[in-house]
Amino acid sequence: MITFDAVTKAFPGGNVAVDNLSLELPTGQITVFVGPSGCGKTTSLRMINRTIEPTSGTISIDGEDVTSQDAALLRRRIGYVIQHAGLFPHRTVADNIATVPLLNGVNKAQAREQARELLTRVGLDESLASRYPAQLSGGQQQRVGVARALAADPPVMLMDEPFSAVDPIVRDGLQREFLRLQSELGKTIAFVTHDIDEAIKLGDRVAIFREGGHLAQVGSPQDLLDDPADEFVADFVGRDRGFRALSFITAEKLEVEQVSAYVDRARGASLVLDDTGRPTGWSVDGQEVLRALPGTFTTRDALRLVTDLAITSPAGAAVRVDEAGVADGVVAHEAIARHLTALRRETER
Amino acid sequence: MPAPVVPMLNYFAYLFDGGHWSLAGEGIPDRLLQHIAYTLVTLAISAVIALPVGLFIGHTNRGAFLAINIGNAGRSLPTFGLLSLMVVLVGIGTLPVIVALVVLAVPPILASTYAGLRSVDRSAVDAAIGMGMRPIQVLFRAEVPMALPLIVSGLRSALLQVCATATVAAYVGLGGLGRLLIDGLSTNDYPQVFAGAVLVAVLAVLLDLLSAAVERAVVSPGVRERSVRRTRWRRARPDPTNEDAPTSPVGISG
Repeated sequence: MITFDAVTKAFPGGNVAVDNLSLELPTGQITVFVGPSGCGKTTSLRMINRTIEPTSGTISIDGEDVTSQDAALLRRRIGYVIQHAGLFPHRTVADNIATVPLLNGVNKAQAREQARELLTRVGLDESLASRYPAQLSGGQQQRVGVARALAADPPVMLMDEPFSAVDPIVRDGLQREFLRLQSELGKTIAFVTHDIDEAIKLGDRVAIFREGGHLAQVGSPQDLLDDPADEFVADFVGRDRGFRALSFITAEKLEVEQVSAYVDRARGASLVLDDTGRPTGWSVDGQEVLRALPGTFTTRDALRLVTDLAITSPAGAAVRVDEAGVADGVVAHEAIARHLTALRRETER
Repeated sequence: MPAPVVPMLNYFAYLFDGGHWSLAGEGIPDRLLQHIAYTLVTLAISAVIALPVGLFIGHTNRGAFLAINIGNAGRSLPTFGLLSLMVVLVGIGTLPVIVALVVLAVPPILASTYAGLRSVDRSAVDAAIGMGMRPIQVLFRAEVPMALPLIVSGLRSALLQVCATATVAAYVGLGGLGRLLIDGLSTNDYPQVFAGAVLVAVLAVLLDLLSAAVERAVVSPGVRERSVRRTRWRRARPDPTNEDAPTSPVGISG
């Protein structure tokens, strides 16, 4: 657990970046620091590994004050991932990853061998080990940055806007990969972003900062969406927070209609299946030409996806499939709306 | 009085006269060796002065204004004038020559070392510090290797300038290839002047080739002539593992 206890950082000239921050980052969880620029989120992160020293207050990791330890040795036990990756251009990918083990005196051959394993772990091919960073794409560089931070197997990781410099499609892949890794590794992670969507997607807990280095609210993503503490938080999580909250409800209890029985009379659409029962598209107005499915969902997907599928479908309905991909139900947006109404009644009761 | 007419072919007479290449006495080999000695000694002393200062101001970003301006002032001093002044002050000898040449060589090394360190990618330095390198490790394992292309180019340009300018040693009675120029001019022996000029130029080119080889040996391919290398390697090895596309195993694993 990382604990901030009444931490303040004032820069020379009187600019207070972080003002009396008290916060706990639970072990094995991702805590996201989010807020507008100048809110002190990066300064807070950097005080954990002492690349910025607090003016007053203490930060401790598992009860041990970080300022009681040698700064360089402390940092070698904390993984560090930054925007643009910050790889060393003069070192090969393998030697970049081996940086901290080499600082710790691990022999070169062993460190490089381990670097290759880490490459696979972050979803890269081992053949990249002998390349230089300039030969990699931005997304690949960022993965190497993550592998480098993991190399000494630190219990704590600091990530400062690690995915904000790559394009949205690559970012989405990196985020999912990151969550998969975290589910295997269970690190204690402090993650800085200015993007509330990223915060909600990645955070077990989200700490929203406001200008002047004040903590506005901290809680689970769902807490923040359901119950924003004040106007600032409500504004920051956005006008569509109701829609976004659907990310946390699965489609498990959503009632569906039989595939065979489903015909949308208003639009004259019917679902077309192949021989194995997998959906191939919609036939609209009795035409032979199929209109593509925007996608399918399973009972484990979130209502947000189901709603999106229904809205974008030419038939105004989302298609549910089982584990084998066989269509086992259809739900129109009217039915989704009824389901949401029922859910609201349930929570109000 | 009409100017003496010298046939074209005669320009090479001195250079290609085997007698001048004798290893004994003060032949061309002797002058070449002296010239190389002045050049390398000057470069070594200049590097010992300029590199640490350049590294310090580049790493700390302190004193840059002062150092760069002193360097530029040094660069604007005419070497010949400075040499004459040094001879007046300390007398004839190797010392005034080396001092004058060092004043010429320090500014390019200092400026490029400083510029090299300042041009280093700040996020890589941030990462170096954040991963637990100590300040001296940050300097020698991160900043210097990244700045090396510029540092080496400063050393190479200093080497060329010194090699060309070391001819002034002959003005104050010392050796080197400048002897051929001075002696040739004073006796209207143009083939000798020509031989001196050609030898200085050839020596400069050879030293530059040698230093290019040294550069290849010490500068990491990762920071060398970036754009050229990148396109060439890309073409030679198409990237089968570009997993950034959303269709990759990574993309669907979540």
